[in-house]
Amino acid sequence: MEFSFSEDQDELRRAARRFLEVESSQERVRAAMATEQGFDSAVWGQLSEELAWTALTIPEAYGGLGMSYLDLHPLMEEMGRALLCSPFFSTICLGANALLLGGSEAQKEQHLPSIATGEATSTLAYSEKGRQHGADAIQATYGRDGNDYVIRGTKHYVVDGHTATLLIVAARADSSKGAEGVSLFVVPANTPGLECIWTPTMDQTRKLASVELDGVKVPTNSLLGEEGHGWELCERTLDLARIALAAEQVGAAEMCLDMAVDYAKVRKQFGRPIGSFQAIKHKCADMLTMVESARSAAFYASALAGQGEADLGEVASSAKAFCSDTLFHCAAENIQIHGGIGFTWEHPAHLYFKRAKAAEVLFGDPSFHRERVAQRMGL
Amino acid sequence: MELQLTKEEEAFRAEARAWLEEQLNGPFRDLQGRGASGDQDSYVEERIAWGKAMGAAGWNCIGWPKEFGGRECTIKEEAIFNEEYVRANGPGNVGHIGETLLGPTLIHFGSAEQQRRFLPPIVSGEEIWCQGYSEPGAGSDLANVQTKATLVGDEWVIEGQKIWTSGAQYSDWCFVLCRTDSEAPKHRGISCVLVPMKQDGIEVRPIRQMGGSAEFAEVFFDGAKAHEDHLVGGVNNGWKVAMGTLAFERGASTLGQQYLFQQEFAQVVEAAKKTGAAKDPIIRQRLADAWIGLKVMRVNALRMLEHQGADLNREALISKLYWSNWHRDLGKLAMDILGPDAEILDGEPYELTRMQKWYLFARADTIYAGSNQIQRNIIGERGLGLPKEPR
Repeated sequence: MEFSFSEDQDELRRAARRFLEVESSQERVRAAMATEQGFDSAVWGQLSEELAWTALTIPEAYGGLGMSYLDLHPLMEEMGRALLCSPFFSTICLGANALLLGGSEAQKEQHLPSIATGEATSTLAYSEKGRQHGADAIQATYGRDGNDYVIRGTKHYVVDGHTATLLIVAARADSSKGAEGVSLFVVPANTPGLECIWTPTMDQTRKLASVELDGVKVPTNSLLGEEGHGWELCERTLDLARIALAAEQVGAAEMCLDMAVDYAKVRKQFGRPIGSFQAIKHKCADMLTMVESARSAAFYASALAGQGEADLGEVASSAKAFCSDTLFHCAAENIQIHGGIGFTWEHPAHLYFKRAKAAEVLFGDPSFHRERVAQRMGL
Repeated sequence: MELQLTKEEEAFRAEARAWLEEQLNGPFRDLQGRGASGDQDSYVEERIAWGKAMGAAGWNCIGWPKEFGGRECTIKEEAIFNEEYVRANGPGNVGHIGETLLGPTLIHFGSAEQQRRFLPPIVSGEEIWCQGYSEPGAGSDLANVQTKATLVGDEWVIEGQKIWTSGAQYSDWCFVLCRTDSEAPKHRGISCVLVPMKQDGIEVRPIRQMGGSAEFAEVFFDGAKAHEDHLVGGVNNGWKVAMGTLAFERGASTLGQQYLFQQEFAQVVEAAKKTGAAKDPIIRQRLADAWIGLKVMRVNALRMLEHQGADLNREALISKLYWSNWHRDLGKLAMDILGPDAEILDGEPYELTRMQKWYLFARADTIYAGSNQIQRNIIGERGLGLPKEPR
């Protein structure tokens, strides 16, 4: 394994930064986050059609570019840095990954090309009310009705669930428990009985929704992967999403560091830039130490995912735990270093602080992931 | 999680492993694992002999240019050698101050004559060096050194005191930061002088550390003498020389150190299973956190070693702060896992257990070679470009 980004990956990062500095400027972020849809359709069109970001990790056979999961890493960092409001993460890191991992040839042919072009957006609906993130979180049920499956239940915290055109829904067989009996289904958003409702959130830059499944009927060929073995598929999809989320957290954390450092260089008190005081300098040094270390954690996980490593549980959880702590720390310190201005609505510091908490609790908080690592260490 | 090695690097690793195994299972088997942190004052004679054997076989100073007796190994190869050294349980290296600090300083700042005189015995392991920087009034504020060197005839006469000098008890030479101009601003009146340790004007008083052993010492200079030509880098240019010395640490020891940390961590996990602490949810969180931290440290190091270019990258700047904090936390975690047994000594009069040593000696990690506060200054100023404090 190489332990540095390739020249192509560096170039992708530079191109992404140039694009996002304009199209995901603070002004544009604030405009997009204030809408229920939560993203600018024109920007989505540009990044999928012109820049082909949505096609990046989709295999060439389905209209994509067939690049590796590690190639996605610099892009995720830049999206996190710019707080890009878009359904990219849900569509590519959740929906497309689930289809790639569990889809039949027919399912992939049907759905992936339109995801690659940005025409379709997608997400994973697995979690339900509460703080569970394992298989027990799934309480919605499914049963057989002739040639159809019927799904009942309510999903929560579904990323971009109200705008996704295609949902991957997790449900369990009646009276099954734990990982047993869980299956995934591909459900178009316009299926009767399906109601996706936007949930207003503290972090306005990433939208969540609840999904009501009131006896939703889907044909048997909607089953994703093997019946009753959906949890493994769901977990691997989540691990891939956690890795991408960790990369995004690194980018956002580095932006917090850069904002803090820039401010500390120009803000003067006692006749000196505050960055010359050790109280401020040492905070910045700790932030840099965490950001570079978080980058190592996320990079390593992305690289293993890119190589198709069989079990990503430990590295995904390690990266998610470490990068969550890092982003929270950096976002909080950025506010502190800015002082009063950092507490205002006008200053962007709160956008990162809110994203930090949202990303931290999504798909398992750091203590959930550390416990998962502990189990994998044989403790 | 490994470095990608070329065929040549694989061959280099095999060569190093074969030699170390042969020696450390043969003539030097008593030295396995001796002289580590907390144990640096043991087996000194034998470890000096070991250093000479290393030199004879060409394993000292492998990163140095060939003209000075090195093998011109890349930093990657140096890292490989260090990893093999730790894997083979090699003893604490008494020659490391000469190899990693004074040698590179002379290569960079020394005269041809100084290089000719001093480098070969470092490579051969025949002369052991210690570093005379810190003083009672000059710790983090190193430029405040007060030890004086005055030219009398063709000799420098040295008066003053150094402290925390590791290995002063058995060193042959010391490179001493001295004040050579009391009138100049403090950074501009310092020189670096090479002083023989075995002379009448020098008294070494070992300092007992919190663990009970005495690895460092106070060194008193009372009319100690050094040859006029043994001043490095020019009179009153010592600050530049000292700053250069501190920058020579290239991070090559990092993989070996991590191998050691992995071994320590594995023993802490074993202890947690044995004592039942592994069932405690808070201990589980801390163990997982330490494990994640160790993996991250490894990737940080591998990124640093693969970094192309001469500049010090950010991974290198954060390395000391990161590992020293990690190691200090591990020592504390080990004690917390043992519970009341953490208290019990291995034996009389004051024989510490392995984990007690980690717990105690890790307190030095965040202080020596630039305390954590100084590390944060360096990261802030060099890594982030923050303005300096008025000094």
